[in-house]
Amino acid sequence: MTEPVLAIRKVSRLFGPVQVLFDVDFDLRPGEVHALIGENGAGKSTTMKILAGYLAPSAGEVLLDGQPVHFPSSREAEAAGIVMIHQEFNLATPLTVEENIFLGRELKRGPFLDRRAMQAESRRLLERLHCAVDPGARVSSLSVPNRQMVEIAKALGLKARVLIMDEPTAVLTHRETDTLLEQVDRLRRAGTAILYTSHKLDEVARIADRVTVLRDGRRVMTVPAKGLTEDRMAEAMVGRELSDLFPPKGTPAAEPVLEVTNLTVPGFVRDASFTLRRGEVLGFAGLVGSGRTELMEGIVGLRPATGEVRMAGRALPHGSVAAARAAGLVYLTEDRKEKGLLLGKSLTENLTLLALDRFGRVLIDKAAEERALTQAISDFDIRAGDRGIIAGSLSGGNQQKLLLAKTMLAEPQVVIIDEPTRGIDVGTKQQIYGFIARLAAEGRSVIVVSSELPEVIGVANRIVVMSAGRIAGEVEGPAITEENIVRLAMGLNHRKASA
Amino acid sequence: MSAVTVPRPRFQLYVLGPLLALFVLIALGAWLNPNFLSYGNITNVLARSAFIGIIAVGMTFVITSGGIDLSVGSMAAFIAGLMILSMNALLPHMGAGVPVILMGVLVAACAGLLAGWLNGFLIAKVGIEPFIVTLGTMGIYRSLVTWLADGGTLSLDFGLRGLYRPVYYGGIFGIAWPIIVFAIVAILGEIVMRQTAFGRHVAAIGANEQVARYSAVKVPRVRIATYALLGLLVGLATIMYVPRLGSASGSTGVLWELEAIAAVIIGGTVLKGGYGRVWGTVVGVLILSLIDNILNLASIVSPYLNGTIQGVIVILAVVLQREKKAADAR
Repeated sequence: MTEPVLAIRKVSRLFGPVQVLFDVDFDLRPGEVHALIGENGAGKSTTMKILAGYLAPSAGEVLLDGQPVHFPSSREAEAAGIVMIHQEFNLATPLTVEENIFLGRELKRGPFLDRRAMQAESRRLLERLHCAVDPGARVSSLSVPNRQMVEIAKALGLKARVLIMDEPTAVLTHRETDTLLEQVDRLRRAGTAILYTSHKLDEVARIADRVTVLRDGRRVMTVPAKGLTEDRMAEAMVGRELSDLFPPKGTPAAEPVLEVTNLTVPGFVRDASFTLRRGEVLGFAGLVGSGRTELMEGIVGLRPATGEVRMAGRALPHGSVAAARAAGLVYLTEDRKEKGLLLGKSLTENLTLLALDRFGRVLIDKAAEERALTQAISDFDIRAGDRGIIAGSLSGGNQQKLLLAKTMLAEPQVVIIDEPTRGIDVGTKQQIYGFIARLAAEGRSVIVVSSELPEVIGVANRIVVMSAGRIAGEVEGPAITEENIVRLAMGLNHRKASA
Repeated sequence: MSAVTVPRPRFQLYVLGPLLALFVLIALGAWLNPNFLSYGNITNVLARSAFIGIIAVGMTFVITSGGIDLSVGSMAAFIAGLMILSMNALLPHMGAGVPVILMGVLVAACAGLLAGWLNGFLIAKVGIEPFIVTLGTMGIYRSLVTWLADGGTLSLDFGLRGLYRPVYYGGIFGIAWPIIVFAIVAILGEIVMRQTAFGRHVAAIGANEQVARYSAVKVPRVRIATYALLGLLVGLATIMYVPRLGSASGSTGVLWELEAIAAVIIGGTVLKGGYGRVWGTVVGVLILSLIDNILNLASIVSPYLNGTIQGVIVILAVVLQREKKAADAR
């Protein structure tokens, strides 16, 4: 067995009075992928940040090649070959790909930049990743997966010995994930030590050599990945048996609530028509970029659109989120950090923003707001150490619950939830599926847009599949199978029909 | 990451800093010159600061929503010009009486509202940067008032001056009208910012416009409203200002925009938007005018250095803001 390149021994970490890590051991050997998994708030991010020199441990030590080290900042860690790829990208979006890859370590000839050498090197790095991005392109013009590739290319350019990847596939499609995992495998064979985190346990089972599970800041186990089932991983993370991830489905009424006819969102969606029944959970599946999010944003008035949207028989005006909300139709965004929550503001201010008109006609009734927060915390099991904190310091899962609570405060008849469980741990996922089922049981209707097939299949009564900006088809009842959905999403049935 | 709570320090410099600075200035003034705390001096300082103060309250809303308005000084000059011209024109028809003055007040209020609305419309509907729009209108109003005055001074007819004068120089219970108006505007402003949906929406837009849009906030409408409100308050400030000198020229209201912005920033409102407090702005206005007053009363430092000291204080206020941000990030 090879010696670890990088390790932590008995590391603890406190933030103020709150301890988030307790005597954690973790090591990374050259040429292995070591997966670190756990629920949100289990201490994964903190562990990674300590390994990558972003945070110092409160107690315990960091060992590089067996010797205790102290990285004053991530810069020293990078110089030692330890590179972390963040969930939120650290790219300067107005700059080009090449400028980003060489940011802070530009190649020079005399006093001038050596553009040609940097371009060539960037191209070489991107080719290694099978990524067809032009080094001269601006990062702002790239898709999210391509940005991820640029991040990795940047790390490769730093000649990383240790690569720390924080949920690299959270925003990738299946195919992109495959490409990424191939690259991870290639890096592993080249002798790089890789720390890999993901909430997608199938990926972990596929790529990891060893798996470490954290729970509540403590290490639960470190075991070889071989023979470890996904169920076993999930149980270790949650600390209890996860029997039924999905609650039983209800039976929707026949009465339509939302009718969408020939909705076109220029550039994204053409002629989409569908209906949603009372008490129904309608899934929307399709590849990333198939126009699902744009369709939903068109329906609620966040994007210019043509066509007709009827709520309970009455047509909605175009382009008015406020009118949609007044008619009982709300949209819960997939991008909770940029579009969902004011991260720097208090929980109360976030909670009541959408339904502020319910809290007093002229002056805001602050006592009622506080009561609403108390109610939301208990209804949605929001775990905030202190009610006074800002939304940005909640964990991802709790932010999502706060966003749900905010949306439900508007008492909608129809809720559109886009990627309800992105970046959320198994335990919280189960809770959120429970909320969705409860809404449907109360007679409300829910649309769930999701890129995770098991999720849509698990919660929806009926599934609409989109492909390249069109509704490719619909599956219901026993026809809901992964195969049927994937065929529709790839546009296969469509082609067959037109042939 | 789990939710991390930081115990709030008992003394927060960025909250109490402006108030503390104000008390220090008052103590300093009283120590340097016994006349500083006299009724006459205090009334004088407060009445003079009322114009900038009324405007700065409106500016607080604009800045909190993530905008800026550079045009308020020229706008005030232009409105003053319009007001004087229209009152002079109405005088022969209506005779020297209160109705003429009321018409002037109406003209000023409407002109302010319209000018502010125009700024807001260009920013929120046409989508031009606030800095550019208001830089443009700043030049436009300044040149318009110079043109109206034909390069000289527009003077209110003497028949009206005596009638209008008490609006600046008079008062009730020994408190001058400008001070009363400033106090009312400030109190209403604080309530609107802190207690109403409009204030909440303004801060939400400044914090993250996307989130506000996705939360069914009518972003363009709220944005326009902040500029229109500021315009209206500029009109109100002009109504209080015209009786003081009874004239307007190309040099009326020069640099008022900078003083108003400086007062807002000193008061602890975040220049990038997302957080604003009206009471802080009031404290900021008072700090700026007290510095001016103290330099004039005491002869230790030349009054010519007034701008230097104000500049240092503005920069210091922003440094303190950064400490607040660092505290939030922990």
